[in-house]
Amino acid sequence: MSEHKIQRRMTIRNLLQREKAFLIFILLMVAFPFVLGTITGTGINHGVTKFWQGQLIVFFVMAVVAMSYDLLIGYCGILSFGHAAFFGAGAYTTALLFTHWAPSFSTKYRIFIPGGGDITGILIFAFVILMAVLASVLVGLLFSATSVRLKGAYFAMLTLALAEALHILAKASDFIKWTGADEGLHGVPVPAWINPTQFRPRFYFIALVFLFVSYLFIRRFTNSPAGKVIIGTRENEERVRMIGYNPVTYRTLTFVVSAIFAGLAGAMFSMWNMSATHSMTSTVITVNALIMVILGGMGTLVGGIVGAGLLQAFSHFFYDWFGPRWPLMFGLIFIISVLFFPYGIVGTWRLKRLQIKEGWARLIALLAVKKE
Amino acid sequence: MTKNIILRAENLRKAFGGLIAVDDVSIEVQQKTMHAIIGPNGAGKTTLFNLLSGTMPPTKGKVYYKDNEITSLPPHQRAHLGIGRSFQITNIFPNLTVLENVRLAAQALGGDNFRFLSHVGTFGDYIDKAMAVLAQVGLAGQENVYARSLAHGEKRKLELGIMLACDPELLLFDEPTAGMSSEQVPELIEIIKKVVNRKERTAILVEHRMDMVMNISDFITVMSQGNVIAEGTPQEIANNQLVQKAYLGDFYGELL
Repeated sequence: MSEHKIQRRMTIRNLLQREKAFLIFILLMVAFPFVLGTITGTGINHGVTKFWQGQLIVFFVMAVVAMSYDLLIGYCGILSFGHAAFFGAGAYTTALLFTHWAPSFSTKYRIFIPGGGDITGILIFAFVILMAVLASVLVGLLFSATSVRLKGAYFAMLTLALAEALHILAKASDFIKWTGADEGLHGVPVPAWINPTQFRPRFYFIALVFLFVSYLFIRRFTNSPAGKVIIGTRENEERVRMIGYNPVTYRTLTFVVSAIFAGLAGAMFSMWNMSATHSMTSTVITVNALIMVILGGMGTLVGGIVGAGLLQAFSHFFYDWFGPRWPLMFGLIFIISVLFFPYGIVGTWRLKRLQIKEGWARLIALLAVKKE
Repeated sequence: MTKNIILRAENLRKAFGGLIAVDDVSIEVQQKTMHAIIGPNGAGKTTLFNLLSGTMPPTKGKVYYKDNEITSLPPHQRAHLGIGRSFQITNIFPNLTVLENVRLAAQALGGDNFRFLSHVGTFGDYIDKAMAVLAQVGLAGQENVYARSLAHGEKRKLELGIMLACDPELLLFDEPTAGMSSEQVPELIEIIKKVVNRKERTAILVEHRMDMVMNISDFITVMSQGNVIAEGTPQEIANNQLVQKAYLGDFYGELL
């Protein structure tokens, strides 16, 4: 009874061992601006170093989108085409509040801590982020409410319709006063201390911490008792129900957690661009999330990060090489990847590693029998 | 009279469009007995079973568990009352390990299901319980094997383990030996006997293997064409002319 695959206690050493690859990646990313700044001699807030940090910020944010999508499709087995709605809800809430609410609020009221420091800016920031999360959670709850009756492709179609409805709302000229309709909101007055053009490295590290914390949280979530039930729901919904779990409850929980992270990513993205446009609620976001997860590997979580990195790299270099027709070339790469890595890059790698390990075990067993 | 009756169904009826699969069936299950439901193919056994376990709502009629009506209670709430069920077609979590299959079931009624910030490893009780159940159903040593790579007979045992890990008072078996080879059947029957008697549980068994039913059940309900045609102890059923004519004779003839 001593050797279990499930570890009894999670120690720091355990964590270091399990998440080795991820932690190395984070360390590399921490070192990146300093190393590149030193090599090119530009300093970390200028020139090419600043530019590449910008590329990586988008990668970090999209990696969180991919992970939140993986939670739905890879862990809970829900095919949803409405992920852009979570992302867009977070992005628009952030931009709308910073544009229309925060300036008037901060001129009318100032909030001080007893010592005398002005914390109005911090409170406004926290409130906006909270509202962004709340907005995307509401959309998530709407989605999960419809999943009670609809399954599979029908559900996917409905989520697509709901997300498109949000897209149309964002584009609607009826709300031009608030949302800027087709134009979108531009030059959103984000707090000065987080301004991505002024303080690029600061925004870079905030985005990196965001990715780091999101990964650890989602990873822990998938390893928790609740997460295991969610995986069970993917595997066999009927069985899960028969042993006393209500699958609807767990699907709702998945939607809420997924929406929180997608919404936060949306908030980050709108602050990064200092804008919110209707393209942030369009199906392109959903399709990108899907591509990233499939490319990296469903149900692996790390796969989403790998997929986001690849998509970001391809979109950058392919644009340079092929011009605006780059998605055509990328599509080719995607088809090849699906043919050769059917479980995604991370998924196929893990499968091969497992098969090789099992192969050695079989060989050893064979040799042991021969000796006798 | 209802003192010793754990499960009672009154005038159950299930119609699929024009087809009446279960027609006005009333059944009473005594506590701490092995109650078998038998009948030829298409008799409505599995439909009745689905009505009792809550997988389908009945068109008409009521189901009582310990004198409480549970007719419209969904299956996951019935599980919390202490009703567990196995399926005719093997129903496990194929891509999880054997241990995780059973651990998930052990966790179900524990009250930690919404802990989403703690690692499962911190809840050792469920792992221990799962290990104990695996030993009981004869799957010890296979904990880390993926359920999909088990042999068919072992999958049936695993399914039994999943059901047992919930600690049900009433076990519903839907043809537990379906698809097993004759050599494997006695072993599974022994396990079923053991788990039902050890804690004095109640079991309802749908089966078409006559030899098995006659050996292990205390009470038998015979169904045919959606109706109950006979009820009684194995002895009474074996001697029942009607049953012999309608079902047993043919069936034995087919089997032997």
